[in-house]
Parts: sequence; C-alpha cells; structure tokens
Amino acid sequence: MGLLSKKDSKLILDPLADDNPITIQVLGICSALAITAQLKPSIVMAVSVIFVLGAGNVVISLMRNIIPSKIRIIVQLVVVATLVIIVDQVLKAYAYSLSKELSVFIGLIITNCIIMGRFEAFALANGPWRSFLDGVGNALGYGVILIIVGFFRELLGSGTLLGFKVLGDSVEKTGLYAFGYENNGFMVLPPMALIVIGVIIWVQRSRNKDLIED
Amino acid sequence: MEHIELFFKSIFVDNMIFAYFLGMCSYLAVSKKVATAVGLGAAVIFVLAITVPLNWLLDQYILQEGALKWMGPEYADYDLSFLSFIMFIATIATMVQLVEIVVEKFSPSLYNSLGIFLPLIAVNCAILGGSLFMQSREIATLGLALNYGIGSGIGWFLAILAIAAIREKIRYSNVPAPLRGLGITFIITGLMAIGFMSFGGMLTGGDEPIDDNVETVDGMVNKQKELKTSDLVVETINDTDTK
Repeated sequence: MGLLSKKDSKLILDPLADDNPITIQVLGICSALAITAQLKPSIVMAVSVIFVLGAGNVVISLMRNIIPSKIRIIVQLVVVATLVIIVDQVLKAYAYSLSKELSVFIGLIITNCIIMGRFEAFALANGPWRSFLDGVGNALGYGVILIIVGFFRELLGSGTLLGFKVLGDSVEKTGLYAFGYENNGFMVLPPMALIVIGVIIWVQRSRNKDLIED
Repeated sequence: MEHIELFFKSIFVDNMIFAYFLGMCSYLAVSKKVATAVGLGAAVIFVLAITVPLNWLLDQYILQEGALKWMGPEYADYDLSFLSFIMFIATIATMVQLVEIVVEKFSPSLYNSLGIFLPLIAVNCAILGGSLFMQSREIATLGLALNYGIGSGIGWFLAILAIAAIREKIRYSNVPAPLRGLGITFIITGLMAIGFMSFGGMLTGGDEPIDDNVETVDGMVNKQKELKTSDLVVETINDTDTK
C-alpha cells in the first residue's frame, strides 16, 4: 500500500468486512437480493455500483461547497440518476441480454441507500480523493457480499458458475450427478437470497463478537 | 375483472418485499415497533398511489417512443425513454416534497404521524420500483396504474406490519447471540417470502395446464412452473427476471 497512506487504505478496507454496507450498516439491500440468483448479474451489478458510487462521490464532493443544503437531496438524486443512465445505456449497447436480465434493478441503483448514505455521510464533508476511495471501498464491500451470495446460489441451485457446468451435467448424469447429487432448485428462488444473507451475517458476527446487537 | 386481478396480484403475488425485495432498507430499519411501521406503511401507500399514475402519464405522453405525437407530426419519431430514470425520480422527489407541504398545511395531525417518514420515502426503492415496473409491464390505462400503485403499496404495508409484529414478539425469545437483530430478521423474512410464494397459484387456480406460448404480463405463469418442476427452475427464473 505504498500508494495510499494508512488512513486512506482504511477507507477502502474497512467496508469490506467490519463496516460492511450490507451486513453491518444495513444499506443497499434492496437491489442486492433480487439479482443474485446467478453469479454473472451479481458481478455486473457490483461493477455498476462501484462506478456509480466512485464517480458520484467525486462529483458531490467537488460540488459540496456550492450545494444549498435545503435542496441537496434533489441535487444528489440528479447526479446519481445521470450516472445510472450512463450505466444503463452502456449495458444496453454492449450487453443487451444482460441488461434485459437485470431489468429494473439497474434503475434502482438510484435509490440504493448506500449511495445516498455515502453522499450524505462522507462526500459532503470530504475532499474528492478521499471521497473517491470511500465510494470505491463501500461499493466493493457491497460487491463482495453480492458475489458471495451469487456464487452459492448459482453453485447449489443450478450446479453452474457463470454458466459453466462445474459439477457435471445434470441431465447426462456426469460428474457429481453420477453419485446421485441433485441440484437444490430452492436456492434460485427469491426467498433463499434472504436466508443466505442471514447466514452470512450469522457467520460474520460469530467470528467478531463486537458486532453482536444488544 | 382486470382491475380485481391486478389488485390482488400486486398485493400478494408480486409483493414488493417478498417477491422483489424493494424497500428493504426502510423495511429493516423502521420495523422495530408496530406503531412506526404502520406510519411508514401508510405513507408508502399514499405516495405510491400518487406517483405511479403521475409517472404513467409522463411515460405515456412524453417518454415513450412516439409519445410526443400530440405536439405535432414532426415529433412522432422521438424516443425519450432513456430519460425515464431521471424523470421518474424527479417526479417522486417533487411529489414527496409537495405532499409534505400540503399535509402539513391542511392536516397537522396526519403530518405529525406521517411527517418524519415522508422525506425517507423519496429514496425508498419501492416507490421508484413501482414506477419502473409500471413502465416495464406496460400497464394499459391510468385507472390500472392507480390500481397498481395502491395495490403494491398495500402489499408493502402488510409486509412491514407483519415483520414489526413478529419482531416485537421475538424480543422475548432466546435467539442465538450472533443472529440477534438483523440476522434473524433476514431469516424470518425469507420464511415469510416462502409463504407468500404459495399465493402464486391464487389467480390461475393452480391446476390448469400451462400453455407455454401465452405471453403473460410478467412471471405469473412461470412461477407456477417453478413450483412444479425443479429442473426448469433456472430457465424460468431467467424468464421472470427479463420480463
């Protein structure tokens, strides 16, 4: 970490575990759950949020001294909406089927609470470089959870990863399926996203006792 | 009939929280007490009932491809749908502000009970989600849009009411320490969502043979299939997400 001072690297590393936006700060859960049935959309979502939050934090931080505090929510919404439109248009141009798959959830990045939360809590009070690091750090923390959930749901639910049949072919009974292994179709249904995140929280909090609530 | 069907479908089958996880942030944050949960839930119904029809008008007369025809034939080729995110969120933010001012002026008692929740609502995913789903499902008339807004609002209200009641009770239970608070709430919501999935059969009766060629408004029919054949699950989920 020669590039970053100790304080700066803390901005990136803290949200990855002990100050994770999803499991600790309870922000941005809305979009996190719906698109994690497979790994690929989870990764795309994570990358989109990293872009929007990183860039948005810089923009807000540059404008922080000229935004009247009364209308700051609207200003923030306009900044996020613009960035999200860019993401949406890029996805539509270069990955059309994926953008269909994510449907309204790219649009819902606008109301992702992580973004407004970081704008309010950090970008309005700090310089552009630190805001950028904070934005990228928090988006990474969000992305990590998304990817973990997507990984387990796709692996256990359909026996594939990014579409590759890592466990063998379920129809021709090769690989693991030759021994009578079956996919757990339940994992790809929406409710399991909640339960997987619940289990992640459980594991994280039993490893770090400080995080336990009351 | 169409109205009744859409109404019940948006409350139970396509429940904002249990089927799409929209508005989870405020759902988790404000569900510690039943009284506050009712306040927020009512505010969500209220705002959805206003913004969904309003955004429907915007979509129909400004944003859709060819929607500007009413301004004259030379505008017929315009397609402004890429602006819908920014238009919808601007409408929502403005309406929330407006509703807050109007309610404060005319009904101070309602303002006292809803007041603190209104600003929260501008960034509630359920509100923007309602408008975006209204757009992607191509809801046909203004009446249906209003219906859809109220229906999904009630669905959200029921969900937050239920979880708040459960959380009040669960405080007296012996939950494993690392699961206390957030963890157990997630797992309970998951279990409730499984329960709500059974409403999927409500509108089709559940037993009719399914015609694969029928284009549904969204994943209704596909959901039926998921429950029956686990092998089809992956493909049908893809279908539901794309529509």
